Parts: sequence; structure tokens; C-alpha cells
Amino acid sequence: MSPTLHSIVAFVQAWWVELLCALLIVLVVPLIAGYIVLVERKVMADMQARLGPMRVGPHGLLQPIADALKLLIKEDLIPDNADQFIFWLAPVLSMTAALTSMGAVAFGPWFQVARDINIGLLFVVGVSALGPLGIVLGGWASNNHYSIIGALRSTAQLISYETTAGFALVSGFLLAGTLKVRTIVENQRNDHAWYIFLAPVGFFIYLIASIAETNRAPFDLPEAESELVAGYMTEYSGFRWSLYFLAEYANMIVVASVGTTLFLGGWLRPFPNVHWLGWLDAAPALLFAAVGAYCVFRAGKQPARVQSLFMWALAFACFVVAAIFALASPFSHLPLEKMHDGLYGAFWFLLKDSAYIYIFMWLRFTLPRFRFDQLMRLGWHILVPLALINVVDVSIALALSSEFGVNRWLAMVVTTAATLGAAMLLVRWNDKYSAAASAALLTDSSVAENSHAG
Amino acid sequence: MNILADTVHENAAQKTETVLGADELVINMGPQHPSTHGVLRVKLKLDGERVVGSECVIGYVHRGVEKIAENRTYQQFAPYVDRMDYVSAVSNGLGYCEAVEKLLVVEAPPRARVIRTILAELQRIASHLLWLGTHALDIGTLTPLFYCMREREEILKIFEKYCGARLTTHAFRIGGLQYEAYDILEKDVERFCNSFEGRIQQYSDLLTSNSIWIGRTRNVGLLNSADCIALGASGPILRASGVKWDLRKSMPYAAYDQYKFEISVGMRGDTYDRYMVRLEEMRQSRLICLQAIENIPAGPIMARVGRVLKPPAGEVYHAIEGPKGILGYYIVSDGSIQPYRIRIRPPSFINLQALDKTIRGHLVTDVVAIIGTLDIVLGEVDR
Repeated sequence: MSPTLHSIVAFVQAWWVELLCALLIVLVVPLIAGYIVLVERKVMADMQARLGPMRVGPHGLLQPIADALKLLIKEDLIPDNADQFIFWLAPVLSMTAALTSMGAVAFGPWFQVARDINIGLLFVVGVSALGPLGIVLGGWASNNHYSIIGALRSTAQLISYETTAGFALVSGFLLAGTLKVRTIVENQRNDHAWYIFLAPVGFFIYLIASIAETNRAPFDLPEAESELVAGYMTEYSGFRWSLYFLAEYANMIVVASVGTTLFLGGWLRPFPNVHWLGWLDAAPALLFAAVGAYCVFRAGKQPARVQSLFMWALAFACFVVAAIFALASPFSHLPLEKMHDGLYGAFWFLLKDSAYIYIFMWLRFTLPRFRFDQLMRLGWHILVPLALINVVDVSIALALSSEFGVNRWLAMVVTTAATLGAAMLLVRWNDKYSAAASAALLTDSSVAENSHAG
Repeated sequence: MNILADTVHENAAQKTETVLGADELVINMGPQHPSTHGVLRVKLKLDGERVVGSECVIGYVHRGVEKIAENRTYQQFAPYVDRMDYVSAVSNGLGYCEAVEKLLVVEAPPRARVIRTILAELQRIASHLLWLGTHALDIGTLTPLFYCMREREEILKIFEKYCGARLTTHAFRIGGLQYEAYDILEKDVERFCNSFEGRIQQYSDLLTSNSIWIGRTRNVGLLNSADCIALGASGPILRASGVKWDLRKSMPYAAYDQYKFEISVGMRGDTYDRYMVRLEEMRQSRLICLQAIENIPAGPIMARVGRVLKPPAGEVYHAIEGPKGILGYYIVSDGSIQPYRIRIRPPSFINLQALDKTIRGHLVTDVVAIIGTLDIVLGEVDR
């Protein structure tokens, strides 16, 4: 056996679990992203008094697969004037950053690619910050005015909001006392509180910043379709475009997972330490059984035989999952009980993740888009200072409770009130400033006009 | 020779661009662009994202409507006006029919006038709904578009029941109406008006006090009343600048003199005011419809105009308050069965002239908001 082959085998033997997880991420994340798109379209349709995709499969359930197929067989087009290599590289870079950062995220106690590295969430934040590089390069390489404006906006926006998100995360890290993903979650169990309750302001700042970081409405300026056609993606089509698209949705999963891990208790059941709420452990099985029952109910109403068969299959799958959950529950006293932690952890984690992503969608379909200067003002005049103040206030609360023995909740309430007061001051100050700024803008333009006329 | 001239021209253009400096970026917004509402092309000169100059290029859907009129009889031309502002065909038809009636010195019977008023007001609501949906979409919120389309659909259904067409309706005839109102027209209109009151409140809830919406529309695209009058802007744009000028009140036509309604005016003349004015106009239109269906007079629906229209030689100008502003028809007759010349004063075309003035100094983002708030339809701009 050649030494190279030997070292490869040794590598695989040492890392096979991680490699398998990595493979799983590469294979499964695009599919999940596709289905998030479907869910998004369905949620959007529901909010907009219509049905959404209904044609491909029952209730449009096969739509993502059809879309992916369509994108794959499209012509691969690179504009003549584009910088060929960078044009090729940019979407790959975005996608790689998104998938790599997913490596350190733990989707439940069992599902994690990287071994629990001690810089955990810092790694996630750092690597996902590489994503904008792909956007900037793509916009620049396209050699198109809309693309370059989109790319510039994206650079400015992502730098500003990475800062904000970073400071917001710091308030969580202070509470957790570690960056290790598992330890963060375990600490929330031991502290008897999700950190959203101890640092609510931090969580909401992170929520806003994470929407901006993933370029989602109302912060979707880099690809603002009504202004810049498609922003940095204008010249991209087919599979390259879908890489950007996947990167966006993978990023959504990453930021949602970070938020969930740090603020929403990760894979912990709600109230993990309260015994009389133990019946919550039955929730996963019941939920899947209910979905299965609904599929059975809908199966009879499908217009085509094939569709009703599909519904039956879906119902069967749901019932199987429900059965697995039921067998793995602590009430069953079966060998499957060993799987309880992993399965139930994954369930709760994904449920929280979905709720987080649902908030993204909800805001997207409700709010108008910010203007660029407003976005920057919100970022630098309100969110960054507020996040800093929040870090200080959380530290004060921690010091008060650990050093001076003040009740933890009392300290939290007092400091949060202080942070909110600061927020109100910031907003008021910003309003005053922005009124002055827009007045200045208009006088400027009238001056320009007069000189033009003269 | 021509080629040479073009080259010289191009060189000159390049020279001016170099003089402008490397900091300025010229981008072409349109004719294929998601939010230029058709095939408007705006050449924007940008300093970063700030607009320092602009030029509108129009004419992509020029069909020569005014010239076509000279080769058609008066009745034959009526369907063509539907295709100018194709989202408010009923109003276009109303203006044209009344102009020719004025030329013929006939008047439509009262019943026809009332039905015309009802349909024209419904059309105003439909046009404003389409404006609201697309304007909100331009500013980045998707959802109102679908709600607005839902309401507009109900109006289009009423049109369909009345005359068989939904978009280019050709609902009226010179001298009155071709079709009698169908049996449950009043009921349909009443049902629509009743549901519409709550619906319009929903849009208002979504947008009016939304701070992002206010941020995007307050002080954006300011036009004071003097500017508006100088530019000839009319309709909601003029009224949002504080000028109380509505032809339905000041020069009543159709049956508007019989109904009570308010003219909504704004104060600052910014995009937000125009939004509020149009929202209020929809409410007022609803009130007019409700008043009109209460008492539709009985009687004939067609005046005696004869089969062949041969107006006396002369000229006439008639203007109505269309959904987008003052829509005027200037018709010159030489006594034959065809008009000698028709000149149309389209509100969209004239309101569009305000674009350059309003977008200077704003950001690219505001350009789409301002194009949206001017409420132009390129079919009417180009004709």
C-alpha cells in the first residue's frame, strides 16, 4: 500500500463520522433549502390570499425538485465582458462559506460535523462572513452597472450588520461564558433560563442583524428587484444563480441556528427542568401523527390518483416518524430510548429554527424595503451603539448577580430597562438627525438645480 | 452622410461624458426594468447612488393614436382611446364620448349620465388600486399588490357583466350607452362598496403608519404647488401639493354635480401626501358610487344622434378628471364623418415631465418610488 493511500485510509478511519456528516450537509442542505423556498412560497401565498404552487405534485410538494431540475438543465451563460474566472468563482465562494459555517453548528446533541471546537460560534460567524466576498466578486466580475451597485450596497450593509450581530452575540457569550456550542446549550439548562430571557435586547438586535446579514427583506437592498433588477445576481442564470440562491437559504439556516443555539436554548425542550411539563416530550410524536392524519384526510380529495397515492405515502412516512418518536420517548422503556436525546434534540432544534425562519418570511411579506441611507443610519446610529450598551448592561447584570448577590432576574430587569431607555434616546436622536439630514439633502439638490439652470 | 453625422454625434456624446468626470455613472433604467411600469427608459446620471441628472426616453409603444383618429369615423375611433391608458379605459371612453357629444351639441340622457358616473368612479378605484399595489411593490412590500388585485377583480367583474369586456371596455357610446344596466348592477356595486370600506382600511393599516413606509415616502419627490402648475401636472399630484382643483367639482360633467363628495388635498406635495390623497380619493369614489346607485333615473339611455355622425365644422375641447389627472380631448371637425384632427391631453405624459425635477438629489431607490407615485401608464404617455 502506497503511503499516500495509507494516509488517506487513516484519515478516513479517524474522521469518518465527520466526513459522513459533511457529505450529509452537502447532499441534504440544497434539498432543505429547496423546501424552505416552497414553504416560503406557501406562507407568502397564505398571507396574500392565494394558493401558491399547486401543480407539481399534491399542493406543489414536488415544486422544489422541478425547479432544481429546470435550473440544472439551463444554458450555462457567462457574459463576454465578464471576468470569466472570478465570475465562476464567486458563487462557489458564497456557497462554500455558507456550507462550511454550517459545519460547526450542532443540530441537536448528535448532529454536528466539526467536533465540538472550542471557538464554536465564533467559527460560524467568521466563516459565514466570507459569504459577502462571493457577492462582491460576483457583482464586480459581472461587469454590469446594476451588479456593481448591488455588490457595493452588499459590502457596506454586511460589514455594518456583521458588526451589529457580533456585538449582539457577545451579550449571549457573556452569559454562556463559552463559545463551545454544546456547553452553551448545557449552560442554558443549568442556568434554568434560555438566554433570550436574560438578554432580550441582545436577541432582538441579533434577529434584526441576522435578517440584514442574509440580505432578506426589508434589508434586501443588494438584490432589490424593483430598483436594481436583481442586484449582484443580474448576470447570473441557471446553476450559478441557484448556487447564490442556495447560499442565501443556507445562510438563513446558519443564522437561525446560531440564534437558536445562543438565545433559544438550542436543542433543549421548553422548560427542560420542570418535571410536570414532561408531557411536552409527547409533542413530536403527536405533531407528526397529526400531520399524517391531515395527509390521509387530504389524500381522498386529490384530483389525480397519482397525487392521492403520493399523499398516502407522505402520511405513511409521517406515521413512521411519529412511531419512531413514540418508541424513543422516555415513556416507552424500549432499547430505542437510547436515541431519545439525539432525536428529540434534533426535533426541538429544528422546530425553533423553523420558527426563527418563519419570522424572516413574515417580515419579508409585511414590510417595505429600507432605503440605503436609512439602512446605514439604523445600523450605525441605533443598532451598533445599542448593542454596545447592551453588552455593558448585561455585564453589569452579571456582575451584580455574581459579585453582589443581587437576584439575577431583578438585575436583568433593571439593566434591560436601562438598555431600552437608551434605545429610546437613540431613536429620538436619530429622528432629529435624519430630519436635518433630509432637509440638507433637499437644499443641496435645489442648489445643484439652480447652478444647473444658471 | 447620415453615418458620418451619427459618428460625429457619438463623439460629441463621449466628449461630454469625459467632461462629466469619472465619478459619474450613467445607467439605463428600462425599457426592460421591473419597475418602470411599462417601457419607460430613464437614463440616470448617478454620483454614487445619488441622481444628478436624468433623461426620459419614451415612445416605445407609440402607435400614433391621434393620427389613426384622422382616418376613422367618430364611432370607430372610440375603441382606440381605451388602449391609451389601458388601466382606466372607462374614463378614457367617457372623456371622448362627451367631447364628441359637445361637438354634436347633444347631451346624453340622465340615466346614461348616472351609469357613466358609476362606472367611471369604479374605474377610478380600479386604477388607484393598481397604482397602490404596484407602488407598494416598488417600495418593496409585496403583499398589498395581491390585496389590491383582489378588489380590482371585483370591479372588473362588474365591467364584464355590464359590457362583456374587462380591460379595454368600450363601455360607452357617443350619445349615451349601448347597453342597458344589467339587473343587479346596483346590488353588485353596493356589495363591492360595502366590502371595500373595510378593505381600504386594511391597506391603510399595512402602510399608513408603517415607519419604513413613512421613511421611504415622506419628503421624497417634493413638488410644490407652483411647480405643479408650471409643469401642468394635474390630478392627485396637483392636489397633493395643496391645490384644490378637481374638474368633477369645478367643471362638472356626467352627473357629478348631483353628488356630494370632498376633494382630498395634501400639504407638502411629497410621495406620502400623494399616497394619502389617492387613498382618500378611493374612499370618496366609493361614496359617489353609493349615492349614485341609490337613485338611477329611469328613461332612455341613448340620445338621438343618428347612425352617421357628421358634426358641424368647428372645434371643441373637453376635459374630464381621469384617475391620473386631467384628460382632455381637443377635436377639430371639418364637417365630414371623420375628425380633421384629434389632440389628446394625456395626464400621464404631462405628469411624467415632473420626473426629472423631482428625482434630482435623491437616491436610485427613490427613483422607483417617484416613478410609482407619478402613476404613469406608458400606453398613455406614448399613445
